[in-house]
Amino acid sequence: MENLDEVYNELIMEHSMNSYNKHKLDHADRCEKGHNPSCGDEIELELKLNGNIIEDIAFTGSGCAISQSSTSIMADVLRGKTIAEAKEITKTFIEMIKREITDEKELEKLEEAIAFKNVANMPARVKCALLAWHTLEKMI
Amino acid sequence: MNSEEIKKDFPIFKNRDITYLDSGATAQRPQCVIDAIDKFYENKNANPHRGAYELSIEATEAYENTRDKVAKFINAAHKEEVIFTKNASEALNLIAYSYGLDNLNEGDKVVISIMEHHSNLVPWQFVTKKTGSKLEYMYINENYELSEEEIKSKITENTKIVGITHVSNVLGTINNIKEIIKYAHKMGAVVIADVSQSIPHMKIDVQDLDCDFLAFSGHKMLAPLGIGVLYGKKKILNNMNPFLMGGDMIEYVYEDKTTFAPLPNKFEAGTQNVEGAVGLGAAIDYIEKIGYDTIENIEKDILSYAKSELSKLDFVETYYTPNKENHSSVISFNIKGIHPHDLATILDSEKVAIRAGDHCAQPLIRYLNLPATCRASFYMYNTKEDVDKLINALKKAYNMFAKFIK
Ligand SMILES: Cc1ncc(COP(=O)(O)O)c(C=O)c1O
Ligand SMILES: [Zn+2]
Repeated sequence: MENLDEVYNELIMEHSMNSYNKHKLDHADRCEKGHNPSCGDEIELELKLNGNIIEDIAFTGSGCAISQSSTSIMADVLRGKTIAEAKEITKTFIEMIKREITDEKELEKLEEAIAFKNVANMPARVKCALLAWHTLEKMI
Repeated sequence: MNSEEIKKDFPIFKNRDITYLDSGATAQRPQCVIDAIDKFYENKNANPHRGAYELSIEATEAYENTRDKVAKFINAAHKEEVIFTKNASEALNLIAYSYGLDNLNEGDKVVISIMEHHSNLVPWQFVTKKTGSKLEYMYINENYELSEEEIKSKITENTKIVGITHVSNVLGTINNIKEIIKYAHKMGAVVIADVSQSIPHMKIDVQDLDCDFLAFSGHKMLAPLGIGVLYGKKKILNNMNPFLMGGDMIEYVYEDKTTFAPLPNKFEAGTQNVEGAVGLGAAIDYIEKIGYDTIENIEKDILSYAKSELSKLDFVETYYTPNKENHSSVISFNIKGIHPHDLATILDSEKVAIRAGDHCAQPLIRYLNLPATCRASFYMYNTKEDVDKLINALKKAYNMFAKFIK
């Protein structure tokens, strides 16, 4: 793998090690666990909704840098979005990791989550990047 | 012979720039094993046991020659005590289904160690639940070893089966299986020795061990994928029901009943992996040519060098017994603050192949209270240079992460 630094970049490292999104919510409306037996990654996602708006997202858990930072960055990106927008962003993120995106422009809606683009070149780590997003899919 | 010379016999190291430290998962193959398989297909391929013509007879011979070879290699008293399987997992499942299901009753105990690979653990969960018997674990102490007290407190009069790995694939601990077998026999239990991680590295003598069953995979000892061995004492195997049924394992089949073939065919249903057996035979020849003494010396050196180099890295945490004589070829470790999977990814970028995860031993990893470990495992072709590359890659990984560890 050529571009390791592009995967383990500042943003991903900061989010994986020192995430401000890693905590319990006071009054969560929805809660879902996700895990990745191959890696031992575990997360518990919590959502607070206000009508059809995701008012807050937080998570707890442990695992590799990619799974934990992907969860944290997802929380940043989706906070304040409508459920419909979150569904659309989630779909795009999954397609990006699976290399199914043809129009690069579509990636713009991912905001900071675009940082995981290079994980698409790391088959062994795809599951790690997708864990949070697949878990969210079950919640919205 | 030293490991630099041995390495030259393995074509993958010419074709790929790789520091291969995952022989515990599967070994690489020497040229002679690859050639033996080619020669079989070029000269002898036919369905064994099924043709009256010369070619089929030669294919049968090629297959049966390896059985003789394996029997000598592990010092079995009878060649029909050697049963070919797909791998160690299949051998262990065969024992669980064909011996365990029929011989366990309510109130009986199966005792295994917390170090077992899932393949010597999950089948016993299944079989004990099915039969209403109980599964108990022997736990390790602070040295990652089974103490005599622990063994004696778990293996008791109502223990019917003991399953024990010779060498732990996570910790490298060498269990004193000879003593465990002796004690278990005193308590009236039969013992299954899983030698998957030991037979690549040390001489196994089933009569000296006096184990009732023994299992291993060929692919960890230089042989091809897809061939494994079950050894069982003749008397016990003769009394067991077959595991898989179908062609080649029968004597007479009527519409409503069947009589089974004698050993070993009773346990070898269907067209067998002759290519695998031939490769296994060549692997045994190669190991005997190098000699276990040489292999042990090479590995002792490399293991102690690796341990001493790792101990110089204060950010690395290791998990192995301090008793040198009880430690074989495997080192599990972690870097504080870096998840094992991230570490494996970074090492991979330096072309260092190690394994990260639970190593098919989740109960052990949980017992150790770790999320997972990284594992470097060594074989006769690993050199000090391989260790140096590992150490440098670990330093690189640590430096990448260090500035973010708060
Ligand atoms: C101790 C031990 N037992 C059993 C096995 C299972 O071997 P296989 O996957 O070839 O069946 C392994 C391999 O990982 C092992 O290390
Ligand atoms: Zn992961």
